[in-house]
Amino acid sequence: MTLLHFILDGLRAMFSGDRRWWGWLVLLTALIAAGAAAYGLQWRDGLVVTGMSDQVSWGFYIANFAFLVGIAAAAVLLVIPAYVFHREDIKSVVLIGEGLAVAAVIGAMLFVIVDLGRPDRLLHMIPGIGRFNFPASLLAWDVVVLNGYLLLNLAIPFYVHFCHYRGRTPNLRAYFPWVVLAMFWAISIHTVTAFLFSANTARPFWNIALLGPRFIATAFVSGPALIILLLQVLKRVTRYPVPTSIIETLSLIMAVALQISLFFVAVELFTDFYNESSHAASIRYLYFGLEGLDALRPAIWTALAMNLVAVVILSVHPLRRRPALLNVACGLAFIGIWLEKGMGFVVPGFIPTPLGEVFEYAPTSIELIVALGIWSVVALVFSLLAKASIALSTSRGAG
Amino acid sequence: MSTDPKKTNTPDCDTPRPRPEDPGKRRFLGQAAAATAGGLACAAGPAWGGRSFEDALGGFFQDHYQRMSSDEIQAALRRIERRTEREYGVEIQCEDTPAQPGVVFGYALNISKCQGYRDCVSACVRENNQGRGSQLQYIRVLELANGTRDLESADHYYDPETVPAEGHYYLPVQCMQCDNPPCVKACPVEATWMEPDGIVVIDYDWCIGCRYCMAACPYWARHFNWTTPRLEPGDINPKTNYLGNRPRPKGVVEKCHFCTQRTRKGRQPACQEACPTGARIFGNLLDPDSEIRYVLENKAVFRLKEELGTEPKFWYFRD
Repeated sequence: MTLLHFILDGLRAMFSGDRRWWGWLVLLTALIAAGAAAYGLQWRDGLVVTGMSDQVSWGFYIANFAFLVGIAAAAVLLVIPAYVFHREDIKSVVLIGEGLAVAAVIGAMLFVIVDLGRPDRLLHMIPGIGRFNFPASLLAWDVVVLNGYLLLNLAIPFYVHFCHYRGRTPNLRAYFPWVVLAMFWAISIHTVTAFLFSANTARPFWNIALLGPRFIATAFVSGPALIILLLQVLKRVTRYPVPTSIIETLSLIMAVALQISLFFVAVELFTDFYNESSHAASIRYLYFGLEGLDALRPAIWTALAMNLVAVVILSVHPLRRRPALLNVACGLAFIGIWLEKGMGFVVPGFIPTPLGEVFEYAPTSIELIVALGIWSVVALVFSLLAKASIALSTSRGAG
Repeated sequence: MSTDPKKTNTPDCDTPRPRPEDPGKRRFLGQAAAATAGGLACAAGPAWGGRSFEDALGGFFQDHYQRMSSDEIQAALRRIERRTEREYGVEIQCEDTPAQPGVVFGYALNISKCQGYRDCVSACVRENNQGRGSQLQYIRVLELANGTRDLESADHYYDPETVPAEGHYYLPVQCMQCDNPPCVKACPVEATWMEPDGIVVIDYDWCIGCRYCMAACPYWARHFNWTTPRLEPGDINPKTNYLGNRPRPKGVVEKCHFCTQRTRKGRQPACQEACPTGARIFGNLLDPDSEIRYVLENKAVFRLKEELGTEPKFWYFRD
């Protein structure tokens, strides 16, 4: 009975608010509807409506998938300081981070689903009903770890909030093991996603041991960048307390992670170009173009420039401590990493093809609208969870 | 080296992959509603077109090929035949021919005989009921300058009027039927596997279309049905096989299967029969008296990308 009241109160909190809140919900719903309509066309005609081809058989959808898994994994950066180092200030926002993880995982899964040629056969993945190629297939691994991560990040905040709702202190002993599991799980989802690509000997651009570390490092840039921006928005639109010490910690993590990420980029460029072999063809395509085709060249140089500006701001203490500049750095790094590990990573893996053909890819407007719809789902899920979370934690024991 | 971003598999034709016609607004909204309706809509939505409700349900609940009883397989074969009849008005025979015992197929290709005519390519398309509009082809013939085997320097779209081009040689590439196939490992739903006769097959009714196998294949042998494959009724080859050349639905991966519908009945694959120069040698690797065994034992053979450890059952050699 209490549980029902708890859920109803949570839902009530989600769907009560001022005009701005309703405007936000309506805007997101409209964008989601547009995405669904575009997906309807794709459903009817097939993936022919996308820019993908036999040559470049994954594109914008999978690029966003890889990026969103990183955002989800980065929630661990709030979990570790809060629970391992007992930072009380961060404990206050850790549930927001877990909400972001839930939203990002859902988005990542949706990006895989819209990329399927036969979404009507999704049941074929379910063990028992279907046939699940576990543990051989890395894609099967990804399904397991993403679903597990989703459950963990739903269950832990649910337990904590429910305890608060009943006026009890959450039993740390009971849920701490799950928190530890969630920490390792966060690293695992992004490592498995990296392995999904690096497992392919057919694609030398992906088939490198550095990929796992690179994915983790870039996730620890894009994740905190988004969290810093979101916390400031929350601070402005709600009375939710966001201590500046959290922003300081996150921006320091981001600074170090971005330094490491850029070092990894340099390592790759050196290794591929010092003695340039045929394995360097994809990276040459990415940065300089091949056979006169260079669709990704502007994007990757823009990403590099954005990340370099961001790392300067983040690494110089007086610059980083100025909120406006920090926000600029977060915006630049977020977009920079999105370009670099999204399109700049997935697409060049297919160019040239294993038979040496250079064939380019650009997303169609249908892909862009579907992607915008999924990002709106991410925003909607996060907004609703954050709304309920804030409402529940500012009115404890109301039940 | 062709640099046209709209290039297709056809050498003398510059049309891009066909796009569906612009739909009317009313249809657009209707489809959007259908798509959001979810699960049921997908069961009823025609994948190969115009099938009856019963067949749609039967297809939706059809089990994995390896788990179907022989009755269920017969039902699936009849569904395929009825669907083709409804769609094209053509009567086809769809069979399920099992691998023969004591047979593992292998292929050897004499590159000093290949002249780059691409007769194998067109024979394959006709034999295997590939959609004609999509330009999907299982075999790609590469034109390489003498003195190199750098695939990145290969011309995929050479002009067939001039073959064999002076100072060039030809390298046809198709599925290598690897003995250690990375595509099979990649598939999350076991929709592709290696049969006892060494052929890597796909259950087109089980594939979810994630295309991970395409990313995993080092030979670019796997192709996707980006839209429903279409062919003229008169072009349909009516002798089909479940794990072979039967009509495919949209949204699934397909590739060369060594013509299971022919080779499992003792015939040669269509590409071998079509080759006018005798460059192609196909046979049973387990038969010590077979021609392919002679080639492997007496010629200096090589395999593409052998260093990847995929163990292709497809060899190249020169006289």
